[in-house]
Amino acid sequence: MYACSKNDDDAIAGETLVKFTIPSNFPAPAYNFEDNILTNAGFTLGKKLFYDARLSADKSVSCGSCHQQFAAFANLDHKVSHGVNNCQGKRNAPPLFNLVWQKAFFWDGGVKNIETSPLNAITDTCEMGTDIATIIAFLKNTAPYPELFRKAFGTAEINSQLLLKSITQFTAVLVSGNSKYDKVIRNEGAAFTATELAGYNLFKEKCSSCHTEPLFTDFSYRSNGLDLVSNDEGRANITGLSADLGTFRVPTLRNIEYTFPYMHDGRFYSLDEVLEHYNSGVKQAKNLDEKLKGGIALSAAEKEQIKAFLKTLTDNEFIKNTFYSES
Amino acid sequence: MKLSQYLLALLCPIIMLSSCKKNDDAVTADTKSSFTIEFEHQVNGAALSLNTTRYKNAKGEDFSISTFKYYVSNIKLTKADGTSYLIPESYFLIDESKSTSKTITLTDVPTGDYTRIEYTIGVDYARNFAGAQTGALDPINGMFWTWNSGYIFVKLEGTSPLSTATGKALTFHIGGVLDPNNTIRTFSAEINAANPLRVRTDAKPNMHFIVNAASLFTGVTDISFATLNFTMGGANSVVVADNYAKGLFRLDHIHN
Repeated sequence: MYACSKNDDDAIAGETLVKFTIPSNFPAPAYNFEDNILTNAGFTLGKKLFYDARLSADKSVSCGSCHQQFAAFANLDHKVSHGVNNCQGKRNAPPLFNLVWQKAFFWDGGVKNIETSPLNAITDTCEMGTDIATIIAFLKNTAPYPELFRKAFGTAEINSQLLLKSITQFTAVLVSGNSKYDKVIRNEGAAFTATELAGYNLFKEKCSSCHTEPLFTDFSYRSNGLDLVSNDEGRANITGLSADLGTFRVPTLRNIEYTFPYMHDGRFYSLDEVLEHYNSGVKQAKNLDEKLKGGIALSAAEKEQIKAFLKTLTDNEFIKNTFYSES
Repeated sequence: MKLSQYLLALLCPIIMLSSCKKNDDAVTADTKSSFTIEFEHQVNGAALSLNTTRYKNAKGEDFSISTFKYYVSNIKLTKADGTSYLIPESYFLIDESKSTSKTITLTDVPTGDYTRIEYTIGVDYARNFAGAQTGALDPINGMFWTWNSGYIFVKLEGTSPLSTATGKALTFHIGGVLDPNNTIRTFSAEINAANPLRVRTDAKPNMHFIVNAASLFTGVTDISFATLNFTMGGANSVVVADNYAKGLFRLDHIHN
């Protein structure tokens, strides 16, 4: 385990120092701040940018509008993203945490680097609907941004690279690894109830081949048979391959209790609906994942046990950490 | 351990040693200087002028060009003795609408006589997926796909009466680095040994390339704008990249 923390020279007495810590039950991350040294000033700037709706075309939408902390930085109650000019996007906003373990982003894995991920939302006409040049001009002319950039990067310059690196200093430190599950796994004094344990055993038997521990995703792209014919190309939009038509990135299940609605289009509002889909609703789509060909038979009791386990993946320390909140 | 594994263990050091002996040895020079490259944009021999002029593709179809820009990167110079020098961080965006972009200056180049130049048309694999970039690779330049990471290597936009797209538009955004639709292409030119690129502390040569925008539409496959007028990566972009790999650049002359 290693931690990047700030060289202490800009520390203010009593100020919380930003830290990036890898939970001991997690693997090595894909992103390691090598070319983006984590600092308090960089994090502070990144957080301010994340929550600033003035960056969007009609000044109504910030990153935080669709990535809300109380929903583990997903978009509570929204099937799909609700962007500028009341535009409805086509996919559900994914939660933002443990991103440094991801090698590809968005439901179709089109973006390959955490640092360049915000560009997609910034430029999408149905999200923030603007462009980099407009944002850079705004930041150069709006206090206190020039001062914040200077503090973060030691230069009077404001450009897209520094903008993206600072946002990354915020999003990359969003690590969720203190759920009850983690505390059980790490022997930190927590214990599963009998129902949770039964659910965990069922989970390992029926779910974990795709929702692989400890990140609860294997980062692959699969079709889980939501529709006979998907009206969203999914991964095929990126690869151009017919074998990828209607496949999407396997989402993490961490904090799943708070990230509803579920699926790439937010069609399911409850975990009951999701589990019933696997039990009885899987359609024989062309690219349906092999493992789901017969669905996943679950009794009513089993569903309750799995749900009880899934709720042990809720990390309230993360969701309620005011260090990540709009200030 | 099987016999084959012993053999492998034995062979490995030999392979490693021999792979280091290649003529890719670095150029060594105590002094450094610079040179310039000028890219002169043409369409089949006529000067390129944006919007105003009608040109013809290899199929005789009319078209005009409103945008023409492309990346040149990883410029490598080689001497007659086989030693070479890869110019570090050499990424350039050449844009017809910005005249200053059409002459690039390469600095800190070891002095010597170079007989070969090679560069990537586009951007190497790694930078397509790298973190936030700046300079020529800054996404502010409109050459980065935000929804499907990677650079547009060559961008040509315009119109043709034959185009079936809205507004008769031509949209050729060539890029993508993943097989089977990898569009990274390399250009190289041998330089006449009698008049090599002479980089000297007291002489900064200029290389002059002719760049033919119409090369996107011929060379391997003659393109009709009736059937291909829009591509942003994918199989059709490969067709275009294969075309321009043959004829986009031609080394015209060197002023030493």
